[in-house]
Amino acid sequence: MHNPQLNAHGELTHLLSIEGLPRAVIIHILDTASSFLKVSHRDVKKVPLLRGKSVFNVFFENSTRTRTTFEIAAKRLSADVINLDVTRSSTAKGETLLDTVDNLVAMHADMFVVRHASSGAPHLIADHLRRVGRDNVHVVNAGDGRHAHPTQGLLDMYTIRHYKNDFANLVVAIVGDILHSRVARSDIHALTTLGAAEVRAVGPQTLLPSAIEKMGVRVCHDLRTGIRDCDVVIMLRLQNERMNGALLPSAREYFRCYGLTPESLALAKTDAIVMHPGPMNRGVEIDSDVADGPQAVILPQVTFGIAVRMAVMGILAGN
Amino acid sequence: MQHLHIRNARLIDPRNGVDEQLDLFIADGRIAAIGRPATDFAAQRTIDAAGMIVCPGLVDLSARLGGIEPELGAAVAGGVTSLACPPDSKPLLDEPGLVERLVRRSDTLGLARVYPIGALTQQLAGERLAEMNSLARAGCIAFSQAKQAIVDTQLLLRAMQYAATFGYAVRLRPQDDFLAREGVAHDGEVASRLGLTGIPVAAETVATATALQLAAHTGVRLHLSRLSSAAAIELIRQARCAGMPVTCDVAVHHLHLSEMDIGYFDSNARFDPPLRSASDRDALRAAVAEGLAAICSDHTPVDADGKQLPFAEALPGATGLELLLPLTLLWARQTKLPLAVALARVTSDPATILGLDAGSLTVGGPADVCLFDPEESWCVTPEALRSQGKHTPFLGYEVSGRVRMTLVGGRIVFAA
Repeated sequence: MHNPQLNAHGELTHLLSIEGLPRAVIIHILDTASSFLKVSHRDVKKVPLLRGKSVFNVFFENSTRTRTTFEIAAKRLSADVINLDVTRSSTAKGETLLDTVDNLVAMHADMFVVRHASSGAPHLIADHLRRVGRDNVHVVNAGDGRHAHPTQGLLDMYTIRHYKNDFANLVVAIVGDILHSRVARSDIHALTTLGAAEVRAVGPQTLLPSAIEKMGVRVCHDLRTGIRDCDVVIMLRLQNERMNGALLPSAREYFRCYGLTPESLALAKTDAIVMHPGPMNRGVEIDSDVADGPQAVILPQVTFGIAVRMAVMGILAGN
Repeated sequence: MQHLHIRNARLIDPRNGVDEQLDLFIADGRIAAIGRPATDFAAQRTIDAAGMIVCPGLVDLSARLGGIEPELGAAVAGGVTSLACPPDSKPLLDEPGLVERLVRRSDTLGLARVYPIGALTQQLAGERLAEMNSLARAGCIAFSQAKQAIVDTQLLLRAMQYAATFGYAVRLRPQDDFLAREGVAHDGEVASRLGLTGIPVAAETVATATALQLAAHTGVRLHLSRLSSAAAIELIRQARCAGMPVTCDVAVHHLHLSEMDIGYFDSNARFDPPLRSASDRDALRAAVAEGLAAICSDHTPVDADGKQLPFAEALPGATGLELLLPLTLLWARQTKLPLAVALARVTSDPATILGLDAGSLTVGGPADVCLFDPEESWCVTPEALRSQGKHTPFLGYEVSGRVRMTLVGGRIVFAA
């Protein structure tokens, strides 16, 4: 099948999903991020890679945090950044997604960073740009529905590589609401592509998508089994609306069964790291003692996230 | 009325078990003779159909019309001479006056024959029974809820009892509303990978089992539309073995496609019910081959505005009237099924289900005829389709089987 993210030379033209990305492309992004990390530590935190380019942050779904990290990354690459909060403007007036895109293309956008509540929306935009002959405009998926959040997946891989060096012998547990999580799907694709020894999906049946084992994960319904002897624990955010009784009886019961506490974390390897895409619900999916403890690498994830997003934008602009 | 003589064709009539080189003679809108004409037959027009197949005009169990004229034009271009039209049109077919208007309009056009399916409940809301008797007098040949479910099972029971009172057939598309809530794709590996909300097979089996139980209780003539799963087919098989006269159909795209055809969010592959797993598809193919289910086009014209949207927001459905014959032929070739058996699924079988005097080439019967070139291949493109619906996952397919002529009541309504 035609891979919509790669051009005829196998180079990345859009970042829509980690699914289908060759291992070499992922490694290249992580290596590039490594070099950009140094930029963030300098007094002058800028490189001129995207000078004169316009990056449009088009968020059809609110997310101040993700938008800010993309904005910082683009600005450190010297791009002009335009933030559009589309939830409150065009679509509210009845404009279709592709009409909005056409208008922004007419304003000479060079790159779209798109967040949308519907799975597949960035694919639709990339496909549309190809059909109207605007292959020179790049699309970065900043989260689409439950489908993918590829830059989060990449920054998670960056974090894991930073602390564990290699993926070959790693056991990674992803715990929580995998059903609604685009982060989980991106992490699973990335980890299986990079050759992690075992990826475990841990949660109650109501929060696991059907046939998830087809993505190459081992399903564990018991937290203790899921965490035992693992190297990396990725906790997922449990959104408040999931706790209304339809999927889970209560936050209290969820924490009792699936919350990460110092006691449950003790089952993992002693040097295991704890990750979380944020924002955290302390006392719901993670105990504060773990979140603030020595094994948590949640804030470094945020720092690495800027460098990874710089790498993605820099590579796309060059292709 | 013209006297027509169609010669040199291979004549396939599944109902009468005919498949051989035979001439067809038509007079006064009816089949006058097959093979040899009456001595006084004088043809005003002779059509040489060497290399062609002559079969009964196709009978489509489910086609939505949208614009009546272009879609009925598409029907005859696809060899379809009779079609049943579900009640979820705009306006809904829940008022006798609206049904009469549709019948009058299609009669005036004189293209394919249109058989309206009336609404089982007012506004299809599943709350109050529709005026079935008045609707039947206006021309409805059966009653259904189209895509809507009747959540209130007591009302469903009452609707079946009332329909059974008059001997009307009830058609249901079995899908449990709660289990299918917000679902847009088969609840399986593709939906899970793409992050789409799934519709579990149980949504279909639960509703099928409910419908079968209530139909057995009421004795209503039940037809289940557009089954999508192996498990639901199995329920039908069991009911039939137990002697229940239930019938069902499968949409032609479900014979060829599976969840995998969604690819990267192709909204042309968004269907209701959804494309399911490859093993479901194989079970549907087997069920149709053995005659447990008929084939329908599930023709649903959707315009670009309805499809150029993220997958979950796009409208379900595809154009199908002009693909019904070629896709049925493709399935027959792939499964090495005799043509007469395959054509039965789109002619005599649906005619029997609908209780129509159609779908056969019987002397004295209406001359609804399809004449096609089985070898001529063509590419499915928007330009090649007469329907206003240009969206189908089969765009770009090279298919065999081109309709050359369609007759309705002995009149040539399409020729190419």
